[in-house]
Amino acid sequence: MTLTVLAVDDSRTIRDMLRLALTEVGIEVHLAEDGVDGLERLAELEPDAIISDINMPRLDGFGFIEAVRLQDRHRATPILVLTTESAPELKARARAAGATGWIVKPFDPPKLVQALRMVTG
Amino acid sequence: MTTPDPMAEIRASFFVECEELLEALQDALAHLAEAAAEGGAADPETINVAFRAVHSIKGGAGAFGLTALVAFAHGYESAMDALRAGRLTLTRDGAALFFRAADLLADHVRLARDGVAEAPAAAANLLDELGALCSGDGPAEAADEGDFVPLALPFDFDAAGAEGEATAEGEAEDEADLQAKADPPAGWLVRLRPGPGFYASGNEVVHLLRALAALGPADIVCERRDLPDLADLDPEAPCLGWRIALAGDVAEGELRGLFDFVEDRADIEVAPAAADEAEADEAEADEAEAEPPPAPLEPAPAPASVAAPAPPPAEAAPSLAPDTPAPGTAPAPPLPAQGIAPAILPTPASAPAAGGVEAGATVRVDVDRIDRLVNLVGELVINQAMLAQSVAEAGLPANSAVATGLEAFMMLTRDIQDSVMTIRAQPVKPLFQRMARIVREAAASVGKQVRLRCEGEATEVDKTVIERLADPLTHMIRNAVDHGLEPPTARRAAGKPEEGTITLSARHRAGRVVIVVADDGGGIDRARVRAKALERGLIAPDAVLTEAEIDNLLFLPGFSTADKVSALSGRGVGMDVVRRAIQALGGRISIASDRGRGTRFSISLPLTLAVLDGMVVRAAGETLVVPLSAIVETAALAPGSVSPLGPGMGVIRNRGSFVPLVDLGAELGFRPPLDDAAGRIVLMTAQEDGSRAALIVDEIVEQRQVVIKGLQSGYGRCRGIAAATILGDGRIALILDPGGLMPQPGQRLPSGAAPFPPVPPPPEFHPEPRPAHAG
Repeated sequence: MTLTVLAVDDSRTIRDMLRLALTEVGIEVHLAEDGVDGLERLAELEPDAIISDINMPRLDGFGFIEAVRLQDRHRATPILVLTTESAPELKARARAAGATGWIVKPFDPPKLVQALRMVTG
Repeated sequence: MTTPDPMAEIRASFFVECEELLEALQDALAHLAEAAAEGGAADPETINVAFRAVHSIKGGAGAFGLTALVAFAHGYESAMDALRAGRLTLTRDGAALFFRAADLLADHVRLARDGVAEAPAAAANLLDELGALCSGDGPAEAADEGDFVPLALPFDFDAAGAEGEATAEGEAEDEADLQAKADPPAGWLVRLRPGPGFYASGNEVVHLLRALAALGPADIVCERRDLPDLADLDPEAPCLGWRIALAGDVAEGELRGLFDFVEDRADIEVAPAAADEAEADEAEADEAEAEPPPAPLEPAPAPASVAAPAPPPAEAAPSLAPDTPAPGTAPAPPLPAQGIAPAILPTPASAPAAGGVEAGATVRVDVDRIDRLVNLVGELVINQAMLAQSVAEAGLPANSAVATGLEAFMMLTRDIQDSVMTIRAQPVKPLFQRMARIVREAAASVGKQVRLRCEGEATEVDKTVIERLADPLTHMIRNAVDHGLEPPTARRAAGKPEEGTITLSARHRAGRVVIVVADDGGGIDRARVRAKALERGLIAPDAVLTEAEIDNLLFLPGFSTADKVSALSGRGVGMDVVRRAIQALGGRISIASDRGRGTRFSISLPLTLAVLDGMVVRAAGETLVVPLSAIVETAALAPGSVSPLGPGMGVIRNRGSFVPLVDLGAELGFRPPLDDAAGRIVLMTAQEDGSRAALIVDEIVEQRQVVIKGLQSGYGRCRGIAAATILGDGRIALILDPGGLMPQPGQRLPSGAAPFPPVPPPPEFHPEPRPAHAG
């Protein structure tokens, strides 16, 4: 079954790279530019997993994840956080917001795919 | 459309994005600096915008292994973070430092784009300064600098993912990994006991178990010791544990890596199988009676019972409840009391309908393609003109179908052209931001405080115009800082604020764009300008010059009012070079100055370099095109309306003022001057500075759009001639530059001879290419 992933990042470059990395292995990718956009896209999607940046305009990654978790149908949708820092407190905050796991930027495509497959089964 | 290398494309688009981010950064810094100067509090969102810009540049740069850029961006980001966290308050000096850092970041980006690996020279110093700035306000910051080691990960899809395991996360795993590799154990015993929040964070045991099983033959046992009675059961709280005996040669790092995401949400024990055997036996015995024989989990394909995609925890149990064949594979919290509902699987039916195309508001297009389109449209315009000519020559009546069709065709052509031009149009904002940097650097090097005010940044101008405007504008800005503004002491003495202001503005006016560089400095010292011009032999000692004429002396080649040669503007200032550059763009520059209050340079430019609306006229048998934007009105000269001023020169009275008369045929050297201008047709032209001239022509042919074809590469620059065009009949016509035909004070007065020297006049004629002025 094709995985469907919603990826939220305010950097076009990172979005492009995510799209490339994921479509390359047959994952269907939907992209959003920030948290607000992400929530809008999410309303019309049923993604198997969500990838989200932290630093974003309008609604940051923490806010986005919290909002996603408040939606009944996404209470358990795996959410991977993309972050440049691997600082423990950032991880803890993302975790507290409801993130499933994290990927350190710059991400390694096979590792990202592996992590996605892992959290989605 | 071919896409040879997607990564190269992303890389290119990264640098485009960088430019946008740098622009956003400049904007944000300008706001912050403003707030700092006024002593107000910085807007947190503005700080965030600046932070994100630097952060995104760093993130993208990391992906491409641009280590110098990443390192600098990281240092800058740390300072930005200190600002964001309130550990640092931006002072005026701090803001200046942030600006310099932004400039240097831009340098980094450009170097990286051009494939230069080294950092710009000043990078290390500036980072130190930033660090010092931050540590001065908050001691915690400096220590933070060292811990980020930029990773240059190969973006290679063929690379094995397992190797990347340890790079991103934790050194502990690394060590463990090494150890494990040195002495591979026969197998592992893993205990997994999900704790609170495990499922709420979207993690799923069955996925973990499957990933484990994929590493090697796994013997998985579900521990149900802590399973409460149904009545006490919290349906969402984890209450099962698992014990996994993993056989085979698996590195500990790899094994632990699987639990990366859940390590603080679950109790996880990983031990070599042999060491833990006794305990394991004990545990097994403990549960032996309650447990069916553990079912070995096949690595692949996955058992049917777990094939469903991760269901929400509340639903997971019911879906698996009816027949749970292998306890070892049961992923979910146990049967909740209310969960008698039939098996519910997530229904992804609605997902594909949403469509996978990203709704983008913009498209990025290679400039070459647009240029090609512009050229083609130019050809189309010429072609259409030729067609119109043929139709006219065929003698078809004006109301024939061909004629009306042609008219519609003309309108369409014009629409297409306008649309294509808007594609090439860009706001002047990036150009203005570059000037902001020039101002900062120039001000710092001459020790003046200068504020740049920008107006009309959204004004759109043809991309080529913008590009070619950068150099002359840089000269002018440097001049304004260096010569225009007085030193702080003089300003104070004059009762002005020490900080000088330079205003850079752009606006559209009558189909052209007008760019103004104004300073609030001392204005032009006309006595000194005059003395200088005399000294250099540029004017005759007895020449009578108006103020405007003296001001215009600045544009003469080699003129300089600066007594001291400063490092900044160099010798000769180069306003003549500036003027030539502007003229090469089909533009004109004028100057206005108010003693003690400042100087103002206005540049008027065509919106595009590709086409213009022109009046086709004939003079002395030649067909010429006069830009429509320069023409105010046309008139026929009545006898006696010309007041002669000298041989071959006269003025006419027009709307209450006298306008110099220019005999086009004679001016361009086609024929000798007319004896009597009476009855002739004149085109009244006006310039941005208000000066006017009346051009005598023989005939007005028509008004039409013409495609501009440059002449300068082949013929050099001729005064009064802007370019050429191809007419409908295939002939070439010169496009005039009415501003160049205006009487030039600096030229006619010193010579005292013919006011309109033959073309090309010596001071204006410069064979191209001419060495660029070094400034």
